[in-house]
Amino acid sequence: MFEISPAEWTAILLSLRVAVIATLVATPFGIALAWLLARRDFWGKSVLDAVVHLPLVLPPVVTGYLLLLTFGRRGLVGGFLADHLGIVFAFRWTGAALACGVMAFPLLVRPMRLSIEAIDRRLEQAAETLGAAPWKVFFTVTLPLALPGVLAGMVLGFAKAIGEFGATITFVSNIPGETQTISSAIYSLIQTPDGDAAAGRLVIVSIVLALGALIAAEWFARRATARLHGN
Amino acid sequence: MLRVDVEKQLGEFSLSASFTSEGRVIGLFGASGSGKSSLVNMIAGLLRPDRGTIVIDGETVDDTAAGIHVPTYRRRIGYVFQDARLFPHLNVAQNLDYGRRMNGLAPDPTQHRRIIDLLDIGALQDRRPGKLSGGERQRVALGRALLSKPRLLLLDEPLGALDEGRKLEILPYLVRLRDEANVPMVYVSHDAAELRQLATQIVMLKQGRVTSLGGVKVLT
Repeated sequence: MFEISPAEWTAILLSLRVAVIATLVATPFGIALAWLLARRDFWGKSVLDAVVHLPLVLPPVVTGYLLLLTFGRRGLVGGFLADHLGIVFAFRWTGAALACGVMAFPLLVRPMRLSIEAIDRRLEQAAETLGAAPWKVFFTVTLPLALPGVLAGMVLGFAKAIGEFGATITFVSNIPGETQTISSAIYSLIQTPDGDAAAGRLVIVSIVLALGALIAAEWFARRATARLHGN
Repeated sequence: MLRVDVEKQLGEFSLSASFTSEGRVIGLFGASGSGKSSLVNMIAGLLRPDRGTIVIDGETVDDTAAGIHVPTYRRRIGYVFQDARLFPHLNVAQNLDYGRRMNGLAPDPTQHRRIIDLLDIGALQDRRPGKLSGGERQRVALGRALLSKPRLLLLDEPLGALDEGRKLEILPYLVRLRDEANVPMVYVSHDAAELRQLATQIVMLKQGRVTSLGGVKVLT
């Protein structure tokens, strides 16, 4: 009964690839943004904060459509990237990764921001009195102390990315082997007669992945607390 | 050695202090709220004066008229805070080595050994700050500041967070430091007894103004 077919494996592996790439590419941007929101005051900060959170509250189909308009073949950015750099997003797995990255971004940034905010700034001052330039303070004090939060953000982002559906299917459609992730495979299967068993297997895989991610995020959060208390 | 002539407005509080010192240990004495910590933070570069100059060891680190403000990390000062502020993610040995690494200094085993012996912290090397007592933490903080080879050591109520017993435990180390480490110090305290034992010169602060200046005798 629980025999995963090659077609299902394709969807699972594609989902994993899409989610891993989306998470890895989003992470440096996430850290930079988290730091900016936690540590700097600047004009338009609340607007930036709202824009980052937008994918969380917007209907996913709207986000997907906006991505299609922007990064599609005839989109402003998509056209430029395709013509000059040969990077195509529309109807490719890379587009799925982009959609998942955008949708996962608010979840990825949040724990990172919270963990940076929780760091005692007086430790950074102490580092500075010991001769550390600001960028060294960041890499030797801020980032190591925020690391559990950074990892927790990556885990949550990954979990969101692997389950993303609405924006992905709107932007890159549902092409087996190219853009058909676990979610879109389940969607197709439950619309086909006799697809129930296969859909059920993919549902179980989804639950296992999501649960695993939540447990991992919780574990990282606990590590963060221990670390800040110097144990 | 140290020349300070600064003004700073902090909300309702105005600080205006001017003194010059050649002493080995300058004791900054005053009640809480007299502006001692703000003054030390200005010497450290953590706080920027509204007007004035600060000269450390012949180098002008602040001169508002000339637009000079050397950032903290380039002042080559050491700072021991009341609350130690050891890095919780590093063990004692890594904390001690931090300043040397950040300043790109070559390892100096002789100095390293001397300071570790002076402060009796050799046995703590592998421990995390969370597993140290308050007194041990403060000794490690002293060692960490000294090992960055500062030209001036700032101590802001380094015994302030310790109970009487711990204070008596640390004081002898500070006296040894004064006599053997060869680094001039600015020592902030509201405790006259402490300063009588340590300071060679006193700057007395009251409500943001220097009220007296001179030897330890001004404390009486």
